[in-house]
Amino acid sequence: MPFALLKYGLSNNYPFEKDADLPPPTALKKRYDVVIIGGGGHGVATAYYLAKYHGITNVAVLEKGYLGGGNTARNTAVIRSNYLTSDGVKFYSESVKLFKELSNEFDFNIMYSQRGQLTLAHTDSAIRAFRQRTEVNTHFGGNTELIDPQQIRELVPTLNMNPGHQPVLAGLWHKDGATARHDAVAWGYAKGATQRGVELHQLTEVTDIVVEGGKVTAVKAKQGSAEHTIECGIAVQAVAGHSTLLAEKAGFRLPITTYPLQAMVTQPVKPFLDPLVSSPAFHCYVQQTGRGELVFGGGSDPYPLYNSRSTLELKEQLLAHAVELFPFVANLKLMRQWTGLTDMTSDYSPIMGLSPVENYYLDAGWGTWGFKSTPICGQTMAELVATGKVPELIKPFGADRFSEFRQVNEMGATAASH
Amino acid sequence: MSTASVSSLPYATAGHMGQQRLPEPMGLMLDRKHTVEFQFEGQTIRGYQGDTIGSALLANNFWMWSRSFKYHRPRGPLTMAGHDANSLVQLPSEPNVLADRISAASDMVVTAQNVNGSLAKDKDAILNHFGRFMPVGFYYKAFYKPKGIWEWWEKKIREKAGLGIADLDFKPEYYDKQFLHHDLVVVGAGPAGMSAALKAADGGANVLLLEENPILGGALAYADFDDVSDPEALRRELIHRIQSHANISVMTNAVCNAWFADNWLPVLQGKRLFKVRSKQCIMATGSYEQHVVFRGNDIPGVVMSSAAMRMMKLYAVKPGNNAVVLTGNDDGYLTALALHAQGVKVKALIDMRESRASRANSPLTKQVEQAGIPIRTGYTVYEALGHQHLEGVDVRLITGKGEVAPVGDTIRCDLLCMSAGYMPAYQLLCQAGGQLSYDDQRAEFNISNLPDNLHIAGSVNAKHAIKQVIADGEQAAIKALRLLGLNDAVEQPVECGKLVNFEWPIFKHPKGKDFVDFDEDLQAKDIINATRMGYRDVQLVKRFSTVGMGPSQGRHSALPTARLVAKATDRNVTETGVTTARPPFTPEKLAYMAGRNFDPYRQTAMHHRHVELGAKMIPAGVWARPGFYPPAGQLLTGPEGSPLNPKAKAIRNACIEAESLHVRSKVGLIDVSTLGGIEVRGPDAAELMNRIYTFGFLKQPVGKTRYAILTSDQGVVVDDGVACRFADDHYYVTATTSGVDAVYRLMTFWNTQWHLQVDITNVSTAFAAVNLAGPDSRKVLEQLTDLDLSPEGFPYLACREGSIKVPAKNGQPERSIPARLLRVGFVGELGYEIHVPTRYGEALWDLLMDAGQPFDIKPFGVETQRLLRLEKGHIIISQDTDGMSHPGELDLGWAVSNKKPYFNGKRAVDIVMKRPQSRKLVGFKLPSSVVGKGTKPEEGHIVLAENLAGADITGNVTSCEYSPTVDAVIGMAYVGYGVKGDQSQPGSLIPIRVDGGQMVMAEVVELPFFDKEQKRQEM
Repeated sequence: MPFALLKYGLSNNYPFEKDADLPPPTALKKRYDVVIIGGGGHGVATAYYLAKYHGITNVAVLEKGYLGGGNTARNTAVIRSNYLTSDGVKFYSESVKLFKELSNEFDFNIMYSQRGQLTLAHTDSAIRAFRQRTEVNTHFGGNTELIDPQQIRELVPTLNMNPGHQPVLAGLWHKDGATARHDAVAWGYAKGATQRGVELHQLTEVTDIVVEGGKVTAVKAKQGSAEHTIECGIAVQAVAGHSTLLAEKAGFRLPITTYPLQAMVTQPVKPFLDPLVSSPAFHCYVQQTGRGELVFGGGSDPYPLYNSRSTLELKEQLLAHAVELFPFVANLKLMRQWTGLTDMTSDYSPIMGLSPVENYYLDAGWGTWGFKSTPICGQTMAELVATGKVPELIKPFGADRFSEFRQVNEMGATAASH
Repeated sequence: MSTASVSSLPYATAGHMGQQRLPEPMGLMLDRKHTVEFQFEGQTIRGYQGDTIGSALLANNFWMWSRSFKYHRPRGPLTMAGHDANSLVQLPSEPNVLADRISAASDMVVTAQNVNGSLAKDKDAILNHFGRFMPVGFYYKAFYKPKGIWEWWEKKIREKAGLGIADLDFKPEYYDKQFLHHDLVVVGAGPAGMSAALKAADGGANVLLLEENPILGGALAYADFDDVSDPEALRRELIHRIQSHANISVMTNAVCNAWFADNWLPVLQGKRLFKVRSKQCIMATGSYEQHVVFRGNDIPGVVMSSAAMRMMKLYAVKPGNNAVVLTGNDDGYLTALALHAQGVKVKALIDMRESRASRANSPLTKQVEQAGIPIRTGYTVYEALGHQHLEGVDVRLITGKGEVAPVGDTIRCDLLCMSAGYMPAYQLLCQAGGQLSYDDQRAEFNISNLPDNLHIAGSVNAKHAIKQVIADGEQAAIKALRLLGLNDAVEQPVECGKLVNFEWPIFKHPKGKDFVDFDEDLQAKDIINATRMGYRDVQLVKRFSTVGMGPSQGRHSALPTARLVAKATDRNVTETGVTTARPPFTPEKLAYMAGRNFDPYRQTAMHHRHVELGAKMIPAGVWARPGFYPPAGQLLTGPEGSPLNPKAKAIRNACIEAESLHVRSKVGLIDVSTLGGIEVRGPDAAELMNRIYTFGFLKQPVGKTRYAILTSDQGVVVDDGVACRFADDHYYVTATTSGVDAVYRLMTFWNTQWHLQVDITNVSTAFAAVNLAGPDSRKVLEQLTDLDLSPEGFPYLACREGSIKVPAKNGQPERSIPARLLRVGFVGELGYEIHVPTRYGEALWDLLMDAGQPFDIKPFGVETQRLLRLEKGHIIISQDTDGMSHPGELDLGWAVSNKKPYFNGKRAVDIVMKRPQSRKLVGFKLPSSVVGKGTKPEEGHIVLAENLAGADITGNVTSCEYSPTVDAVIGMAYVGYGVKGDQSQPGSLIPIRVDGGQMVMAEVVELPFFDKEQKRQEM
């Protein structure tokens, strides 16, 4: 038994105030050096790194709901770096490295679990794409290989190698592929940030952005029926799923279309599946959580929407494919279905950096790749806020790339793999 | 203090008493003429038809059914209605089966879940004593120091995770789907649902009444009421009226498992998913009886009052010998009387409510007193005693909200019934956007904010007296009738009346095991501590503590959690709320959603010929296509056919080399039916083509083809094809197999704005097509057509409409097939693409194979075609292009008109073509010896700036094959260009990193690799 647990067990008064991960709510101040809009993983990570590396602690994170309650809560927690472009691989690889250290850094277990991610190829063209991803990933120090059907059988003996009319021909085996307790990532960052003096205000909805002379000066926010104007030196928007709506309040448009993305989970059963398995051709991926539940995800809904309702149609399609890949799951029971909102860009890469409004920085366009970027995004956004200079690693992801047609196209490396 | 051990025999000692039942009329569900016999944990259980697994277990005195998730505590029946996770058992091929819902059947083999060893002696039961070391969220606070140790702990923890065991060899059974359409669906056939259905049906609506249980009646079937003397008679009367009503369809054992927008209801029954669309919907889903939170409230023998009533009335099971009833409402009095009537000694009725004079004289109180049952008001059970079964309760005076006197007294008993109130079955309503607000006076949640076409009635709507429940059902029906346009009457509100919820049935114990959530083994302090740790929002409490995340999804934990969190964070219960209920309502087998699980794909009209010829069929988008034609006995299918399998790769290479040489030397035939085809007809046909594709089309002569490239709004080449002009106002343009739908969509999308005089039709599947290619192709075709095939009469890049002759045969006269012929040169030989209506596809194939016989015609596949076109340097969209390829990178500037004002993507193309370029697609060549050395580049390998491991990536190999015609390894690759240094000049050596990290230097060469003068295709 770990020592930490003895400590709790032998105390009759646990938890003490000092054991709390998050401080009780406080009143909003009139002014902050930095206001971060959105208390998801990205927002609190940015606040954390601002405080930790740049000594900037007069920071407020404003969250309209609860901490990590948007896409941080809804994503299926896939961590990987096996993308296609050099810019993408470099960026996501840094994120994976940071993730591995988080539990000890936070003194809070995010349950980082390196299981490996297996993506299935059912066609020649998928094998070509996988080979390129293997090579690019390996080039930047990633742990990825192209494996044959026999190796796949050994990794996932329960997989149906002949689903539908599209047999499994090869696999992209990304050993670095991992998962983590997604909520805990946001909590760990919030814990570290608030301990360093950052304020987290939940149930605080930003209703407007005040821009004067092309420069952000304040944000307006609502707490229940109370309205506040909060002055700020710098504002960062990190509101995945609603990026376009908030940008509109700041007075500009983003090249983003928002689509619902659904996922679902079964009742827990004893563990039988270690790797995360994904089949782009079957629009389906599956993993077994630490609790024993099977989590299924797939493609986005076919039409744009800002509503996180669930649909029957997607469930039917996705689970039909899940049963093709793992026939015996037909007899398992689905427990829950839910939806997140994905801000899709035309090149399947994020938008980070400067915006048309001075001192207003963007952390947007996170489509289906937001959770896995949390640490590196927070770190680079914090550097941008602190120095005013766009870090090298995120230069390719500026919003200006769309008007200049400098895309970072990750479409093929994103489909149904998240 | 009364923690002294109670040593007498517990009521339930497994199995020793045999099947025991109460006499009729108890046991409504049972057919006592037919018995069933099954195995539970290796012992034989006997029951009657109509028993659930659980009721049969109880009749045989098995009260311990499972072990709990975290502490491995003994668990038994709680609701007897399939509403809790205590009753989850394992069937051989199905985990997590609700013992109190699933019918018992002979030959079933039932085992307990989450047990290490046996159910009675679970080795993991020791975890029960370590609870204090596992505070809420403990796993966030431990297991990661020192660094790296988590990997070890994670494995240990995972082994303990999960409930049942999945049968990995299970073969899916047949499940299917059916659509239903109704004016009104009523969910739940209790008194509210039945009265709503009758009222609506009387008003002319076509009604579907859904009931999840095998019988209609809801609480009328098992509960007693103070305002109805004979609920069974009322139930039978309502059933009779329903069954004789022509407008009502009834489905029992049918669960409405979700609410989706516009009353789109998935209903599970048998092995079928019914997808029901209903104009109006009434949810009469009832409510769940709630437990009291005290120490030991999970010990087998502690049940809901309604569970005890169900045991007796539905299954004729005597729930105990010595009972205590703990109540916060009048229903507990009714339960006490019912128990007494069935010979159970009720040792005390403990009413948590304060003593009130009005109640003292109520008829119910009098009846209970007359039965000799002592009533203690203002008291509660503070602790249940016992291990594997209840042995007694510690009763204390309530001194404040959740507070009790320091000492109490022990009552020995083997049954404790709890009546603390009800929680509306709000799940489906929440999915419809319903909001919960807490009525502090009534200590009960109300539901509002429902869509216009969705109504609620009965106890889900806070109506509990039977007359009000029935009236509420009728009023909901009146509203639905009005909205259906069948009646003008306006509904009247129904009073709530009867109070049923006790405001604070939570008695936290310093030693814990006072469970709020049975699924997840969460105690009162766990919920409170989560808020003290900073997780104050109820959603955060859920996520941190896992409350409500188990199989029963918070049916019993939501209400106490909301109350506890509200108190701990000093908010009201409405502000605190409950966590969002999401579909499905009950856990649903994936098989229901998967249905028949068919996997449609397209076969061309010639598919059977390819199969007969032994082709290796490969998926191409939604199609199956022949890849190549291996010799007999060498066809490897399934995963063995993977190109990563050396044997499969060798067969493939040999085949495509032979097939390609044959096309180059004689004549070959390939099925190209999967090509997309779009008809553009009308006076503005050329104008539309001109606006969509990059080339100029206005002056394209009739009878000629032209290469057509489509660019996206990002300036990327996304599709290509051949545009044939058959008349001034008639184009037929091909598109890639997987791209055609998007191209068609784009054309129609734009034309809704342009309003050009054109008709656009996707005719991809209306035409079957082949490409007849090779030096002898003209000779083959000559036999079958009257068209002038001479180089002058039908030159390269021309197109013709004509016909293919079907020679007279077997008494049939000569006939003809209408055909479109295109002289195109994708494979670089004299060749004809022949498109015919799909129904003639197979005939066309046969005619050409027959006519080609004297010339040794052979079929060739897509993989061979890829090699042939590579020899000619032709690109394949999406193989040689990616999400960033613009025309400049592909040397396709010649196919982009600079003269016209607009084409799709023009603005972006203009910009990207002017920007400094960073890469370019070029041809490269390597000696054939690299094949033997294992250093042949494969598609996807990367090109580096320098022959150094760490050099920048400048590009990648898109195509690469050994060409027997050129006798070299040839390929295409993106290489550095312009801003990234120029690797594109012929003669440059480019470093390609191949398998195993080795580098090979390939020479850049001019395209094409073969027949540079382009003579062969123009013969």
